[in-house]
Amino acid sequence: MKARVGKARVRKARLGKADARLLVLVLLAGAALLWAVPFAWMAVASLRPGAAGAADIASLLPAGPFSLGNFAEAWNSGHFPLWYLNTVLLCGGILAVQCVTVSLAGYAFARLRFPGRSLLFYAFLLQLMLAPPILIVPNMRTLVALHLYDTLAGVMAPYFASAFGVFLMRQTFRTIPLAYEEAAVIDGATPLQIIFRVLLPLARPGLAAFAIVSVTSHWNEFLWPLMATSSPSNQVLTVGLASFTAGAEAGSEWGVMAAGTFLVAAPLLAGFLLFQRQFVSSFTFSGIK
Amino acid sequence: MSSTTLPGALARPTSAVRRRPARARPAVTAYALLLPSAVFLLGFTYWPVVQVLVGSFSVRGFRIAPHWGLDNYARLFADPHFGNAVLNNLLYAVGTVIPSVVLALGFAVGLRESGRVRMAMRTLVALPMLIPLVAAAALFVFVFLPGGGLLDWYLAKLGVASHNWLGNPSLALGSIIAITVWKNTGYYMLFFLAGLAGVPQEFLDAAKIDGAGPIRRFWHITLPLLGPTLGFVAVIATLNAITQVDHVIVMTQGGPSDATNLLLYYIYQQAHQNYDLGLASAATVVSVAALLALSLASLKTLERGMHYES
Repeated sequence: MKARVGKARVRKARLGKADARLLVLVLLAGAALLWAVPFAWMAVASLRPGAAGAADIASLLPAGPFSLGNFAEAWNSGHFPLWYLNTVLLCGGILAVQCVTVSLAGYAFARLRFPGRSLLFYAFLLQLMLAPPILIVPNMRTLVALHLYDTLAGVMAPYFASAFGVFLMRQTFRTIPLAYEEAAVIDGATPLQIIFRVLLPLARPGLAAFAIVSVTSHWNEFLWPLMATSSPSNQVLTVGLASFTAGAEAGSEWGVMAAGTFLVAAPLLAGFLLFQRQFVSSFTFSGIK
Repeated sequence: MSSTTLPGALARPTSAVRRRPARARPAVTAYALLLPSAVFLLGFTYWPVVQVLVGSFSVRGFRIAPHWGLDNYARLFADPHFGNAVLNNLLYAVGTVIPSVVLALGFAVGLRESGRVRMAMRTLVALPMLIPLVAAAALFVFVFLPGGGLLDWYLAKLGVASHNWLGNPSLALGSIIAITVWKNTGYYMLFFLAGLAGVPQEFLDAAKIDGAGPIRRFWHITLPLLGPTLGFVAVIATLNAITQVDHVIVMTQGGPSDATNLLLYYIYQQAHQNYDLGLASAATVVSVAALLALSLASLKTLERGMHYES
């Protein structure tokens, strides 16, 4: 009798535990689905033909007929090829220069001893806090003085040095055994040769992680490119999207707006879905852009 | 490693004795290697801080001779819009940091286990971090559209009356906060997932054997061990609350009646719309001071956070 009661109690406790687990899972699934709602709407609304009427534009149910008309209209009313080109040039230009600057400085902090090393390192790290958007007022003046205002090079310039990149490369170089460099030093290699011929090929994972974070943050940046340029020919995707959506909003062309937003967001979303593991490890490596 | 496996340019045995610069004068080499980064850091981070500091004390006007003084600060602190922006920014920081950190922690703890469903759910939560804030703003313009928008359309089915989410001064800041929480939670979740991977399973198993339930295991083992991650995420979240105002620029322009005016938006407004560089400089100095205070207070936390993955 006693044993039976005990068993029943155990079973009840187990059931309660299973119920709780199920409840938590349902709550989590609900929250995750809620998180996906704006994307679901973007996908459904961008494929719904404009003629379907505005009444059910908010509906998340993917009901046909589908068409790519919204994409065609978005493509034609915005300057997407130009915006893509400028954004790719911006991200590529920043990354190319950063790769050089962060490799050099990362090596110095990783391997060389010199007076003021830790002080300088903290001075570098402070850049993580003073993000260029905060310094728009003085940085605009600098661009004007350097005749770089309203150029893509001007948008890039504040990012050519990257405290995050220096930190990341320092960590990466430190994981490479000293033996590789010592062999090169004995052969008479200069520091530059050591960095670019010996260490960088071995530091590829670190560079790739840095590239993902750098490209993602500059692809998505808005305020600084908005302030540092004025002519339409220098607009990047985010700046173009802002004026594009203002127009679509005024005309209540929600399907076109959804299509335009998708065009801007799609490359990075696709990259993330394809290389999820690399993206996640790059972001968590440090977390500062 | 023998020299023959090195790339050709390095394999020059004849110069081995003659040149060993890497060891000869490491300090000079180090400064030379730091120079390219230092030039851009000085030019676009440190010099601007000096410049804005000087600019904030420089007084210029139509009828007065240019001179040095505190006029810009006097005007700044007398400007009700500035006080309002500071207050809004505090509300915005608290309103975004706490919910997004708590939700991120919840998602991480709930979704840490492997499995296809949980992996898909993690992906759904992480996706918003990859799109530009202006793209998120574009989507939420429709979500918050009064009447026919996504939120009102579905709320109407539940019998809730329509709201002007972005146009009502008492709702607008909350709506802006919702966008930020939606966008950043997934990013913070990734840090907690990485932090959770560092919590030794033996600790949890031992506590389980001792009869500790999942809630007690969380409070007494997982959460204390996640301390550094928590501090790190809180700092980044606060930083984001000060430096990201793209959605305010494209959605509300600080309105209605100043309800969504944040510090950086105020600076943008003074510099871009009112061309009042004195006021913009003084406001920038205040934000830089806030950021420096935050960074000095959290330098250790940040460094610890940056270390755990490596």
